[in-house]
Amino acid sequence: MTDSRVDKLATNLQQVLSDQQVDMSHALGELTILIHSRDLLGIAETLRNHTDLAFDTLVDLCGVDYSEYTTNTHAGYKRGDKRFAVVYHLLSVKHNHRLRIRVFVDDNEFPMLDSVIHIWPSANWYEREAFDLFGIVFNNHPDLRRILTDYGFIGNPFRKDFPLSGHMEMQYDPEQKRVIYQPITIEPREITPYIIREEQYGKEET
Amino acid sequence: MADIRNYTMNFGPQHPAAHGVLRLVMELDGEVIRRADPHIGLLHRATEKLAENKTYIQSVPYMDRLDYVSMMVNEHAYVMAIEKLLQIDVPIRAQYIRVMFDEITRILNHLLWLGAHALDVGAMTVFLYTFREREDLMDCYEAVSGARLHAAYYRPGGVYRDLPDSMPQYRSSAIHDEKTTTARNENRQGSLLDFIEDFTHRFPGYVDDYETLLTDNRIWKQRLVDIGVVSPDRAKALGFSGPMLRGSGVAWDLRKKQPYEVYDQVDFDIPVGVNGDCYDRYLVRIEEMRQSNYIIKQCIDWMRKNPGPVITSNFKVAPPPRLSMKQNMEEMIHHFKLFTEGMHVPRGEVYAAVEHPKGEFGIYIISDGANMPYRLKIRAPGFAHLAAMDEMARGHMIADLVAIIGTQDIVFGEIDR
Repeated sequence: MTDSRVDKLATNLQQVLSDQQVDMSHALGELTILIHSRDLLGIAETLRNHTDLAFDTLVDLCGVDYSEYTTNTHAGYKRGDKRFAVVYHLLSVKHNHRLRIRVFVDDNEFPMLDSVIHIWPSANWYEREAFDLFGIVFNNHPDLRRILTDYGFIGNPFRKDFPLSGHMEMQYDPEQKRVIYQPITIEPREITPYIIREEQYGKEET
Repeated sequence: MADIRNYTMNFGPQHPAAHGVLRLVMELDGEVIRRADPHIGLLHRATEKLAENKTYIQSVPYMDRLDYVSMMVNEHAYVMAIEKLLQIDVPIRAQYIRVMFDEITRILNHLLWLGAHALDVGAMTVFLYTFREREDLMDCYEAVSGARLHAAYYRPGGVYRDLPDSMPQYRSSAIHDEKTTTARNENRQGSLLDFIEDFTHRFPGYVDDYETLLTDNRIWKQRLVDIGVVSPDRAKALGFSGPMLRGSGVAWDLRKKQPYEVYDQVDFDIPVGVNGDCYDRYLVRIEEMRQSNYIIKQCIDWMRKNPGPVITSNFKVAPPPRLSMKQNMEEMIHHFKLFTEGMHVPRGEVYAAVEHPKGEFGIYIISDGANMPYRLKIRAPGFAHLAAMDEMARGHMIADLVAIIGTQDIVFGEIDR
């Protein structure tokens, strides 16, 4: 999307959402708004129904676990001590616009957010996925079950404190003649270290 | 009289018509489906979590394994996301190579879809023909990357190497004598571009063959027309994209609407359906193959005239040439750092989407400035399509369910990730 069109969308959004508390940022040709979780449903409905915005498709919805994010701010917003966020990617087929919404979830222990399934039906499986992988509960979702992990799986595998190797492994036991679950027998290991360079790395001091 | 009750039936996960590992729990009223509940995740490999523990380059081959019938397009979305974050430019020749291989991949994908769909519905022959053509295209993959399927050919900043000047040759064996081998090698005498050009001349005739077998076939139409109808508004609300959306009559194609690489330089049309049923989606995909063929021709013409670099010369992103690496300390260090520690991508977030053969394939990366993504989310088109399975299958017979699975072009590599 060209910058002028993003700017136009930004002005439109500012007008329409003027009475709401919305943080807007524009980076790399993409527009992101940060909204409060209690305003989610109201804003979502406006975004879909307003003729100048008409975001008729929810392209993607994903959970994010910010617990190991290095700074407290992200692209200019303050996260505070909130751990989970849900990111919505919207598309307007009518106006050829895209928009990203980020909502931080209030409670770190029992993250809960309103479901947008009655606004965008495609949210159904995406919310199940976020529930499965991050343990974010969506209020009023009609069928909130695990979707990607195994039947009877325990834990939320995409949280940052869940080890890459997992907790359980599965194998065929020739004596019992069935597949059994057991604690993992491999040691967790670090393949490539996670490295963040300091701001002025490699630049000569002046 | 005994009560007549609905009964529940399990379908899959190991069923030849399930396209991999789809498990469906269906509630049936006689032979009519009242509810279809897909159970997915049997192929879940946590690609996104793995990518969070690997450097950016190490994750490229994971992308091939998402949708394992359109490998390079998956890579394309991933490298585009990284390039957007790094804000680097890709050499124009690399962009043409990418567009050409995207379209080759689109034909590969649609050929497999067509063969498998026809096979599911009961037409055996098409499958044999489409796999004959897939063989030629996989030879192109092999010539350029060394692998027939999982290419890992697109890299951040360009493509791994330029197109080769020669094609691999068949050798005679106990099955193929000298004379047949020479005949088989006939179109492999020139460069890869010559080989692909020869293919583009042959291909429209092949598509005509498939159409002769299917398009006006009475059984084919009886099985597809008015099955799985989705209205345009409903398709948008359900998050459809690609041929599924165009089959419903929405003229939406990222290659036209939000052009990336050099799609705004090439000429092509996007086919659109009218009724939104399985038959329209079939017609849309057939026409897409013809259009892809046309795009490939234009790319070949351009590439013959314009040689040039195919990967960026920014050594923080792409490795330096082999020769200079062995003569120069600086390049040596770049190479070593790139393949051990990996590249550092600036802090930020980005969503890059491409028009995948199945729909909109998007990669969302959150980076905190490290050598690995902080969070990678893969937006797979099939996920949204399969989520609508229940709605599309309701009220249809079990046999129609197979047609609906076929028309959605389900591949579990991308849905389960």
